[in-house]
Amino acid sequence: MSSEASAGTQSSARLPLAGVRVVDMTVVWSGTFATQLLADLGAEVIRVESTKFAPYGTRGVVVRPSPALLQTRGLMTTGYPNRQAGERPWNRIALFNVHARNKLSMTADYMRPKGLELVKRLIAKSDMFIENNAFGTVQRLGLGYEDLKQVKSDIIMISMPGFGSSGPYRNRVALGRHLECTAGHTLLRGYRDADPTWTTEVYHCDASAGATAAFAALVALHHRNRTGKGQFIDVAQVETIIPQLGEFIMDYTMNGRTQRTLGNRHPSAAPCGVYPCRGEDRWVAITVFTDEEWHGMCRAMGNPSWAASVRFGSSLDRWNNQDELDAFIADWTREREDHNVMHLLQAEGVAAGPVMDERDCYNDPHLREREFFEQVNHTECGTHLYPGVAWKLSGTPCHIRKPPCRLGEDNEYVYKSLLGLSDQEYAESQREGHIGMDYDPSITVYGRAKGDPGTTPGAKAEQG
Amino acid sequence: MLLDSNCREIGPLARWFLEIERKVNQQALSDVKVLDLTWHIAGPYCTKLLADYGADVVKIERPDLGDPSRRMGPFPEDQPDPEKSGLFLHLNTNKKGITLNLRSDTGKAIFMRLLQDVDILVEGFGPRVMPSFGLDFSALQAANERLVMLRISNFGQTGPYRDFKLSELVLSAMGTSMKTCGQPDREPLKLAGNLLQYQAGLMAAVAGMGALVCCRATGAGQQVDVSLMETCLGSIDRRAPSLLGHQYTGDTSTRIGSGRGGTMSGCPEGVYPCQDGYFDVVGGAAWWPRNFAMLGSPANLSDPAYGTMEGQMDPRRQEDILTALYTWAMAHTKQEVWEASGTARAAAAPLYSIEEVVNDPHFRDRGTFVEIEHAKAGRLRYPGASFRPAETPWRVSRPAPLLGQHNREVYGMLGYTEDDIADLRKADVI
Repeated sequence: MSSEASAGTQSSARLPLAGVRVVDMTVVWSGTFATQLLADLGAEVIRVESTKFAPYGTRGVVVRPSPALLQTRGLMTTGYPNRQAGERPWNRIALFNVHARNKLSMTADYMRPKGLELVKRLIAKSDMFIENNAFGTVQRLGLGYEDLKQVKSDIIMISMPGFGSSGPYRNRVALGRHLECTAGHTLLRGYRDADPTWTTEVYHCDASAGATAAFAALVALHHRNRTGKGQFIDVAQVETIIPQLGEFIMDYTMNGRTQRTLGNRHPSAAPCGVYPCRGEDRWVAITVFTDEEWHGMCRAMGNPSWAASVRFGSSLDRWNNQDELDAFIADWTREREDHNVMHLLQAEGVAAGPVMDERDCYNDPHLREREFFEQVNHTECGTHLYPGVAWKLSGTPCHIRKPPCRLGEDNEYVYKSLLGLSDQEYAESQREGHIGMDYDPSITVYGRAKGDPGTTPGAKAEQG
Repeated sequence: MLLDSNCREIGPLARWFLEIERKVNQQALSDVKVLDLTWHIAGPYCTKLLADYGADVVKIERPDLGDPSRRMGPFPEDQPDPEKSGLFLHLNTNKKGITLNLRSDTGKAIFMRLLQDVDILVEGFGPRVMPSFGLDFSALQAANERLVMLRISNFGQTGPYRDFKLSELVLSAMGTSMKTCGQPDREPLKLAGNLLQYQAGLMAAVAGMGALVCCRATGAGQQVDVSLMETCLGSIDRRAPSLLGHQYTGDTSTRIGSGRGGTMSGCPEGVYPCQDGYFDVVGGAAWWPRNFAMLGSPANLSDPAYGTMEGQMDPRRQEDILTALYTWAMAHTKQEVWEASGTARAAAAPLYSIEEVVNDPHFRDRGTFVEIEHAKAGRLRYPGASFRPAETPWRVSRPAPLLGQHNREVYGMLGYTEDDIADLRKADVI
C-alpha cells in the first residue's frame, strides 16, 4: 500500500481503507458514486481534473450557468447555495458536492504530454485507477491498462463504459437513463394505465453501476493484497442493473413471459399502493402481505364494515378486488396525516410509511437519532447538513472528514508531497497551465478550452 | 511482497502452494469464508455477489421452510415449488445450503462451531432477533475476534423505526426521490420490481468488503450496520443530490412530469413513440447538434437559436422541435432510431422489453446471460456477471442449493456421522 500520509484527514482513528490511494477520472454520477464509496471507507481518492477541460454534466449541468438557466428551479440543474452560482459555480453545485466529500482534487492538462506524464507519475504511486468515460477515451489519452502497467505493475484499473469494453454497442454514447431503457427497466415501471411516454426519467443505473464498481475495486484490492497481482476490470454499467431485474428475466427464461409494469402494485400482496393523505401532495405507501397484517390494518382503521366484506376475505380476494379496496383505503387515509397513518399501521405490524420529500428526511426523528446527516463547512458554500455515510461500522466508523473538493484545491499536496516537485517546478507547472483553481474563461458549458486543442487526441468525456 | 491471509510474508514453500492454488482456483475471494443467515432479497444478493466471485458461502436456512423467497415466484409454468423459484435460484448461485434451527440449544452450539473460521457473517433479521438467540455481536466476537458481522435490516439496528416493517413500496416512499416520479396530478411511482432491495444488498457487499480488507490488515473484526432506508437516502439516483440541493436552496422537489409534461432541463426530451414502440431521448443545448443530425438535419430547424438553451425555452421553438421529432420518429422503427442515434452519437435509446434484452446481440456477444443446470429446475438462462475482472473471473461453480443439500458435507466436516445427522433431523435441529 502507498506509504504517504493522507491529506486533510482530521480523524486519527484508522479507517477501513487507510493507505489505499485511488486515482479518479470519473464523470457525472456513476463513476463518481463509486469513488465516493471508496473515499467514505477511507481511501485517499484523488480526482484528476483539468482547468482546460470540463467533463459533461459533472461540476454542474454546465460549469458557468447563464441567468436563464438560473431561473429554472430544479434541485439538480440549479442546486447552488441560495440559487447563486457564485464566482466558481463548479465548486458550489449540489449534484457534484454530494459525492465529492472525502475526495481530493488535483489539476493537470492531461491532453498535453507533460500533464499526462504527471498523471502517470501519480498512478505509479497509487493502488487503483477508476474511470467511466466513453469506451476508448482514456486509452486514446495514453492511460490504457497496458500503459498503466508500465508505470505500476500491480495497478488495479476499473473502466466502466455504459455498454462495456466489448460487444457491438461498446462505442455507443449512453446516459444512465438509456442503459435503463436497454436493460428493460423503463418499460417495467410507470403507471399501469398510461403509455410509456408519461414515464419520468430515473437514474438507478448510476447507483447500481457506482456501487458495483466500488465492490469490484474492493474485490480486486483483496486479491492484490493476497497475491500481489493487479488487474483490469470491465464494468458494463448496463450489466449492473440486469441482475437486479432477476425475477423478470427468470420469468422470461422459465415461462417465455414478458412482464409489464405493475405500477405501485405487487405480484401477490394486496393492498399495495400509495394513498392520498391530508395536506397538499401528501401520500402514504402501504403494503399488506399476510392475513395477520390485514387484520392489523382493519384494527388500525377501527374495523370498518366494508373491510368485513367477503370480497376482501382472503389475500387472493383482496388481490382480485384491488381497485375497490384501494378506493376504501384512500377514503380512510385522506382524512389523516401521512405520519399518523404510518404510526397507526406500524403499531399493528403493517408496512407503511409516508412519501418523504427532502424536508421530511431532515426532520425525521429516526434519521436524527441515527445521526445520518452530517454537518459540513465548505469554504465557498457555507455550513450545511449533508447525507452521511450509508453504513455504520462499529470498529472503524466512517464519516465526512473533508468537505467536497474544490477544483484543484489539493494541487500543492499532490504535486509537492506526492510527486516531489520543487517550488520552482511547481511554479513552472502553474505557468504552463496545469495547476489552477479556475476553468479556462472560454469554457461556459463543458468541453475543451477554445483555441487550445491540446496535443493528445481523444478526451471526450460523455458517459453518464 | 506476498502476504498470506494473516498478512504475514510467505516463504518459498507457501509461495509454491499459492501458485498451485492460483492455477486451480483463480477467483478473487476464494480464501474468504462467509456464513449466510439472510433471506428474501437484499441479504441473499449481497452473499451471491461474494459467492459469485469465489467466496465459500454457506447459507443457513430454517428446517422444512427455508428462505421465504423459495415461495416467491416466478415458477416454471406458474406451479409453486420451493426448489424451483426463479427468484431463489437467481439469488443463491454458488452457495452451499444447510438447515439449522437457531432456536434450539444444539442448533446454537453447532452455529458457534461453524462460526470458528468464518470471515464474514451476514444476517438480515430484525434487530432483536440475533440477540434473542443469544447471538449478539459481543457473544460472536468472543468466539471469533476477526469476525465481520454484516447486519442488514430495514431501518438499522438503532432508532425509533428499528422494529418497523418494510416493503419495496414503503422503502421507495421513505428512502427514494419517489415524490419526483410520475405525473403531477397523480400518485408518486416506485421503480420496477425489487431494485431497491437488490441495491441495498450490493451496498452491504461494499461495506462488508471494506470491513474485510480492514480486518486482513489489522486483524480486528467489527459489526457493520446497514439500513435499507439509508442505502436509499445515500443513493446517487437523485435522492442524495436532491437532499443536498434542498439544504443549499431551501426548496423541495416534486413531480413535474416528463415527455409530455416537461423535464428537468425544460427542453424537449423524454420518451416518445416510434413506429413499433418507444424510445428515450435527452434534449437540451448540449445534445442539440447530435439530435439535429439524428433527425436528418431538418432545414426548418437550422437557425442556431434552436440549439441554445435560451432559444429552446421559447414554446414556439419547442413546438417546432417536437413536430420534427414526432414526424421523424413515426417514420422509423425503434431499431432504426437506435441505429440513427448510434451514427449521430446522440443520447437516444429504444425501450426494450425483457424478451428483447435477453435476445439482444450485444448481450449475446458479451455473454450477459448464462445457462445454468439445476437438479430440479433444469437448464435455464440466468443473469450473469455484473462486472468482469480479467484475472479472477465471475463463475458459476454450483447452482442454488436444494434445501439442506449440503448438510451431510458441512456437518460431516464438523465430525457428525450419518447417524448423528439423522438424530439432529429427528430433533428438528437441522
